Amino acid sequence: MTPARPRAAILGTGNIGTDLLVKLLAAGDLEGAVFAGIDPTSKGLERARGLGVDTTSDGLDGILALDDVDVVFDATSAYAHREAAPRLEAAGITAVDLTPAAVGPLVVPSVNLDEHAGAPNVNMITCGGQATIPIVDAIASVEPLRYAEMVSTIASLSAGPGTRQNIDEFTRTTARAIERVGGAQQGKAIIVLNPADPPILMRNTLYAVPVSGRFDEDAVRASVEHRVAAVAEYVPGYRCKSIAFDEQDTTWGRSAVAIALLEVEGAGDFLPPYAGNLDIMTAAASRVGGQIAARLREGAVA
Amino acid sequence: MTPAPAAPRLTDTTLRDGSHPMRHQYTVEQVTAVVAALDGAGVPVIEVAHGDGLGGSSIQYGMSAHDEMDLIAAARDTAQQARIAVLLVPGIGTRETLASARERGADVVRVATHCTEADISEQHFATALDLGMEPLGFLMMSHMVEPAALAEQAALMTGYGAKGVYIVDSAGAMLPADARSRVAALLEVTPEVGFHAHNNLGSAIGNTIAAIEAGARHVDGCLRGLGAGAGNAATELLAAVFDRMGLDSPLDTFALSDAAEHVVQPYMPFQPFPDRESLTIGYAGVYSTFLLHAKRHGERLGLDPREILVELGRRRAVAGQEDWIVDVAEDLARERDGARPTPA
Repeated sequence: MTPARPRAAILGTGNIGTDLLVKLLAAGDLEGAVFAGIDPTSKGLERARGLGVDTTSDGLDGILALDDVDVVFDATSAYAHREAAPRLEAAGITAVDLTPAAVGPLVVPSVNLDEHAGAPNVNMITCGGQATIPIVDAIASVEPLRYAEMVSTIASLSAGPGTRQNIDEFTRTTARAIERVGGAQQGKAIIVLNPADPPILMRNTLYAVPVSGRFDEDAVRASVEHRVAAVAEYVPGYRCKSIAFDEQDTTWGRSAVAIALLEVEGAGDFLPPYAGNLDIMTAAASRVGGQIAARLREGAVA
Repeated sequence: MTPAPAAPRLTDTTLRDGSHPMRHQYTVEQVTAVVAALDGAGVPVIEVAHGDGLGGSSIQYGMSAHDEMDLIAAARDTAQQARIAVLLVPGIGTRETLASARERGADVVRVATHCTEADISEQHFATALDLGMEPLGFLMMSHMVEPAALAEQAALMTGYGAKGVYIVDSAGAMLPADARSRVAALLEVTPEVGFHAHNNLGSAIGNTIAAIEAGARHVDGCLRGLGAGAGNAATELLAAVFDRMGLDSPLDTFALSDAAEHVVQPYMPFQPFPDRESLTIGYAGVYSTFLLHAKRHGERLGLDPREILVELGRRRAVAGQEDWIVDVAEDLARERDGARPTPA
């Protein structure tokens, strides 16, 4: 029987896994079952033990051996998640994938969480995707989009080895999600690393080109502001600095372009506030976790 | 008599860096004419791509009028002896775009990162080697770090498979001594060093000469200096300089000055020059490509583009952050409007 609070496990003890652990403990929707790594001496495991959380250094095997885990958050790598996904599904465990593996449907909480509520595996896309796709959807709901392009600038210090060695995966996965989840006919993603000291906050710029070549500016502003508030419910440091309208030569002729300048200040749970890119991923995953927990609790009652 | 030392290998980038002042509107006819002229004048490498490298066509940087892959193929079909190069900036272009460029005839790839972020290029160097291309590193905004730190980044690229690494003065902010000390530092860690100059402080040719004297084996130029900001070192001037330095050069100086005058000059939208805005770029140490974007947003909001450029320098903007221009311009406009007394 599923307990009142479903049991969760986090696979991967790096920055993302640790920050997510702090968020899940604070949210209280899921019981922090186990924090799983593969290196018994890792700092992440040591920190989790310090927080009174059960740990294992046997990775996925350590989680599966427990046989009462309902949800696993995978914060390892795309390669590792492709191996783990079928084993988790066979064990009846819901997977929330924070890697760019994209085994399951792509999810942005403020856009399509309900659509994939029962999926055995959901993918959190990328930090830039979580920051910009809500706005793509908000603009597309007012005016169909021919094209949407996002540019993420993140502080060098907040780009870990995973991001650095797989930068193409970031642009590819984000561009695809702008189309599939955001609803633009064509998506493009660009990422820039900035080493300035003190580190800059994560910044995202979204450019949107309408099918019609024109925008109802007031309607776009209202829709974006409304959506920013919805995202800020689960990512408190999320804000839109400004929305500008410009006219440019595009592949489809002279067209209006909407420009949304978005900033993400991290909550500072475990990672420093400038690392909004990591914070928005863990905050979105925690939101998805809360929804899965609610569904499992309903299932237990029924 | 001892034979003259060999001139460094010249890569002409009129069709890549020059894409910035052309607002990425290059046509197949223009590419064909420029490649024919450069190839005939003995230029060994010709770079063709969107100004921000493969995949650069975007709202952020400007959309290409013609698919860069078709421009690369046209260059390949035209060149008899020259090799065709492309630029790849990880984060903008991907391994897939590189494979397409290879298929359409590119032989050389310059993989470009900000001068402190070389470790995002590992997978791209691996792909370049798999594709049988000649890979070179391209460290942008090299004025922002000291020679020793730059050499560490060059060593990373060399480890990933770069045959050599370029010092890229994207902001045109260096003086000859800066070029010399960086070439010396990089020679310790990589077999071949290159230098890419911008003329924002009027020092493109002088810096390139200093780099050659310090041991650089690759240098970049553009016909008429047609490149971002105040432009690059002019290819026809470099050819003349090689002759005057007594180097053994394959370049035909007269043919290149004809190409500059008769092929490129007629289609140039303007002559890049250290005017007050591009001088500010060199002085503030910001990316040369910001020039036209700062002018456009300055005009849109009624601001002096120099104010925008100086503020971008203060915020330590790096290559590729054109969206920050919008942000800074909006901030400056808000500040100005907020400072105005509210009418009663």
